[in-house]
Parts: sequence; C-alpha cells; structure tokens
Amino acid sequence: MAQTQMKVSDEVAIQINQMNKWYGTFHVLRDVNLTVNRGERIVICGPSGSGKSTLIRCINRLEEHQAGDIIVDGTELSSDLKNIDKIRSEVGMCFQHFNLFPHLTILENCTLAPIWVRKTPKKEAEETAMHFLEKVKIPDQAMKYPGQLSGGQQQRVAIARSLCMKPRIMLFDEPTSALDPEMIKEVLDTMIELAEEGMTMLCVTHEMGFARQVANRVIFMDQGQIVEQNEPEEFFNNPQSERTQLFLSQIIGH
Amino acid sequence: MASEYSYVRTDFLGESPPPARETGAIKWMRENLFSGWLNTILTVLAIYFVVWLVVGVWPWFANGVWDADNLAECRAILDGATGACFAVLSDRWTQMLFGIAYPADGFWRPTLAFILLFPSVAPALFAQYVPRKFLIATALYPFLAYWLIWGGTIMIPIVTLIGLIAAYFAFIRLERASGFFMGLVGGVVAAAIIWYLGGFVTDAMSGFLALPEVASRDMGGFMLNMILGVVCVSLSLPLGIVLALGRQSSMPIIKGICVIFIEFIRGVPLITLLFVANVVLAYFFPPGTNLDLILRVIIMITMFSAAYIAEVIRGGLAALPKGQYEAGDSLGLNYSQAMRLIILPQALKISIPGIVNVAVGLFKDTTLVSVISMFDLVGVIRGPILSSTDWTGVYWEAFGFAALLFFVICYGISQYSQWLERQLQTDHR
Repeated sequence: MAQTQMKVSDEVAIQINQMNKWYGTFHVLRDVNLTVNRGERIVICGPSGSGKSTLIRCINRLEEHQAGDIIVDGTELSSDLKNIDKIRSEVGMCFQHFNLFPHLTILENCTLAPIWVRKTPKKEAEETAMHFLEKVKIPDQAMKYPGQLSGGQQQRVAIARSLCMKPRIMLFDEPTSALDPEMIKEVLDTMIELAEEGMTMLCVTHEMGFARQVANRVIFMDQGQIVEQNEPEEFFNNPQSERTQLFLSQIIGH
Repeated sequence: MASEYSYVRTDFLGESPPPARETGAIKWMRENLFSGWLNTILTVLAIYFVVWLVVGVWPWFANGVWDADNLAECRAILDGATGACFAVLSDRWTQMLFGIAYPADGFWRPTLAFILLFPSVAPALFAQYVPRKFLIATALYPFLAYWLIWGGTIMIPIVTLIGLIAAYFAFIRLERASGFFMGLVGGVVAAAIIWYLGGFVTDAMSGFLALPEVASRDMGGFMLNMILGVVCVSLSLPLGIVLALGRQSSMPIIKGICVIFIEFIRGVPLITLLFVANVVLAYFFPPGTNLDLILRVIIMITMFSAAYIAEVIRGGLAALPKGQYEAGDSLGLNYSQAMRLIILPQALKISIPGIVNVAVGLFKDTTLVSVISMFDLVGVIRGPILSSTDWTGVYWEAFGFAALLFFVICYGISQYSQWLERQLQTDHR
C-alpha cells in the first residue's frame, strides 16, 4: 500500500456545522458539515462549480458564509475582525495562480507577513525564510523577483511564504492546475513532504496520485454538497454514489 | 516497421552567438531616411523645414539686444534689423522671478529656499540611494522654507512643527488605547493646545532669529508658481490616495463622501474654484477670520488636483489582480498593512504616468492665479511689464522666457518619472 502511515490526533482543527453560502441568489454551499482533526490530510475533488474552492476559501474568510458556523482552532469565524486576522495568521493558503507579490523579491515575499503580522525581527524572519526556501529547494533564487521564476518555482515560493508564518493548517486551492506537466511533480513533492511532517492539510486538487499517496480522506463534492467521503483506497476502488463513479470514470478513464 | 517519419535526435545543438549586427552611418541613413521615393522626399522636405526655421529665427536671437532701457531704445539700437529685445529680461528679471513687491534686499531668501529644495526632496525622490534618516530633511524643509520666504520669527514654524509632532504622538497613543476616532480627536486637541500656548511664546520672542516679514500679497513671479506647484503637488498626492481608497471603501458613508467630492470637483473649472477662493470663500468663515489668500488658493488647487489624482490611482487599484488582495488577506495582514505594503506600491507604480500628467498640468495651471489678480510669472508679464510704457509690445521675449522656465521644470518632472518607472520595473527583467 502506497499510503504512508501518519498519525492523526483526536484534537479537532476545523469544525464546520450546517454551513450555507449564497452568491446573490445562487446557493453555492448547502448544509456542509465537516470535522477535520489535527494532522489530517484531506483531498477535496469534484466537478467545476461544485463549491470546493468556495468551501476552503470560507475557512480563512476570503469568502463570507451566511449560515452555520465554522470553528478554526477553537476560534469561531464571525464578522469580528480580530478573530479573522487571528485565524488567517494561523491558516496558510496557496492559490492556483500563486499570487506572489511581484514588486518584492522572493525573500521579501517570505518575510513580509512574519515581520508585520508576527512582529518577528527582520534578521530572524530572513533566517526562517531561507530555511523554508531551502526546504522547497530554491534558496538560490531568494534575491530574484517572482517574474523571473518558472511557474513551479513560483508555487513553491508561495508554499514557503505560507510556511514562514508557521501555520497550523494549510489550504491548497488547485495548486497545480496552472502548471506545465513537468512542473506539477516538483510542487507535489513539496506538498508530500509537508504532509509527511504531519501538517493539517486541505487540498482542492485533481491529482489523484497525490490523493492516494498522502490523503487519509477524500471528499467528493457536487452541487455545493459533500456527496461522498472515504479513505482513498475505498474511495477510488469502491465508490458508492453514482455521481462519484461517473466523475472518477471521467478523470481516470483516459 | 519503421515509418518514413520516424526521427530521433541524437546530438543537441549548442548555443551559438547571435549574428553580428550590420552597422554604419550610411546603412542607417539608407534604412531610415532614404528607404524609398516617398521617404526620400519627406526627408528632404523635413530638412528644408528645419533649416528654414533655424535661418529665420537665428538672427532674432543673434541680434538680440540685452542692454536698453525701453523698447524704443531697443529699436534704435537694432536700426531696422531683425532682433529680439531681451533687454526686457535684463531690466525686469527680478520682477519675473520674485514679483513686483518682494523686497529687493531679501531676494536671497527665496533663492536659498529654492536651492535647498533639491537636497531636501532628494531623500524622498531617490529613496533607494539616500539613507532613510535623511528623510528628516524632507520633513523639516517646509518649515524652513516658510521662514525663509515669509520671514518673521523662526518660532512660528517651530511652534507649528511642535504642535504637529504633539498631535502625532497623541494620535498614536490614543489610537492604540481607544480607537481611530479618539486618536483623531486627541491629536487635534493636542495640536490646538500647543498652538494656543505657542502663540504667547511667539509673541514674547517675536525678535528671535527674525527675518523681515513679507506679506502674502507681495509674493509673485515664478516664485509664486513654484510655491503653489510644489505645495499643491505634495499635498494632493496623499489626499488623492486617501480619496481613491475611500472611493473603494465598503463603508457607504465614506464612499459616498469621496464620490461626491471627486465628481463635484472634477465637474467644476479650476478658474471657478479660484474665484471661489478669492471672493466667495470668505462668506463661509466667521466674520473677522482672514485666511491668507495664498492659503485659500493652495486649498482650492490641492482639492482640484487631488480629485484627478484619485481617479488616476483608482485606475491603478482596479488594474491589480484580485489575487493580490487575497494573498495579503490570507497572510493575516490587516487593511492598512495590505494597502501600504502590497496594494499601493503596485497601484502607484502603474499610476505614475497618470500622476505625472496631473502634476505637470497642475504646475502649469498655477498661472491661472493671474486671473484673480495675483502677480505670478504670467501675471507680472501681462500686468506690470507689458502695460508699462517702457515695454509695451515685447510679447515674444517675455512669454518665451516664461515658457522656458516652465519647460525646464516640467521636462525635469517628466524625465524623473521615466527614470522612476525604470527603477521600479521588476516584473519582466
């Protein structure tokens, strides 16, 4: 079995109860319930428009939910700005289009938030940044600007930038779907390494190999609802719902 | 079976140098000036035009008379030949630069202020090359320049400065303890107290390091254009940023105020605002208040250009991808940090050409104050010089000099902005 054994604690990292969200009159997320324990690696997949990105963007309040509650690390997400900033500094996020700051060097991208949000001294922040840049294997690019790096390198910088905040939870919103095939692997390797260290991760991705290798739970969403969730082995070999079977046959079939 | 298309590359080509560029003046000319019949004709015509222009204008410069007491004397010296009467410049240059009423023994004061302007703004304009601590010179310059140009005891700018510093610290303290609004109130109160008490100090020490006072109505010439231009540009940039951010705000009242302000000011001609400053504004203040005319004009021009700059910056803000805001948010930066560190540096960089456009336009628009009978450079030429019996009719020489002064400054601003854009180019290197 490919799946590495990693421990999952009983401590709850994220608790989502009866969460609903609308875009105008469009009901994007319907009665979503999800509990994530510390150390869990969850892969969320589903057809486009199923609400999977919206779900993880609600967790750090990039999107506002209108009903139900989300509790992250014991702090409830409400419109209280202090809570939102606290949660955001504990939850790292990587985007499909990297969203690095083009006017800052790689090193400055990584030290910005630690210096201004965590009030880390500059020197210490730079040491931490170099540590994580080494971890994602691009310390030699530290003085360059994002525009000079390849897509795969940029996404690894984005991961390092999040890690510099020492987050307890990492969210990945389709981190590899804007990348060339040859660069996907270098990003996935970084994510696998992160998973093996016990980071709590929620990944929206269609990389099923990654899901099989590191996830301990796969969630399938459609029409704003969680349709099926299971351990990866069961999920891929023995999907229960018809919609899941159809989806899997379409993405694995070719 | 091997197909006829089958191909495998076994040796990879190494890098080879680019082909040497063909050079040579004759080749360049043939390619750029004489590449065809039509181009050859256009080139010849253009050369003919330039030569015709230079030949026509040159005697006017070369025969120029620099030493004469009036136009009639100029004409007598020229004796029918083509020539300029630059004597108007040598006779009246102090009026053109400092206005008609600035005391002659004080000309060194605005001149010194002008010279000090360059080292003072350098730390702000060339931030990459000048250590940050020199920004203190930029901060102190306005107070020094005020003292030099307007005169009076140095205690006036010092008390003003102390009041602002007190307001700043009161704001910081109270903002941390009880929020932005209380901070604002505390800052205003602190400044008011210092300025009130400072009033007694300046009265008591009115002779301390005092320069002879010059009233605002005695300011004039190019000095007035420079004062208005420098002050209004440096005030309207921050105000424009605030207005642009306010217009994007999610708070409806703030957004509404900013939209109404911008749309109203942009919809009104600057001349109208200047007339308001000159005449009407007095009705809005309690009787007896006498707000300095230059101050009133500064307020109006600043509001005018701030509205334009706000719209330019709004364009820059709109050009940023939404992902930049989200990345800032997801890292836990609060609103002011995200704006200051991520959004504004990029939005302002995009807006540089537009901002410079407004700044150059604003600087030239300061000549409009001649309409409300302030004797700026154009006002001095139109009024005291051209209407004097000595110099009636020397339009070309006088206005040419004015154009030259404005061109030098505006071209400098333009060159600086292009340099700055190249410095900030980080995305496609």
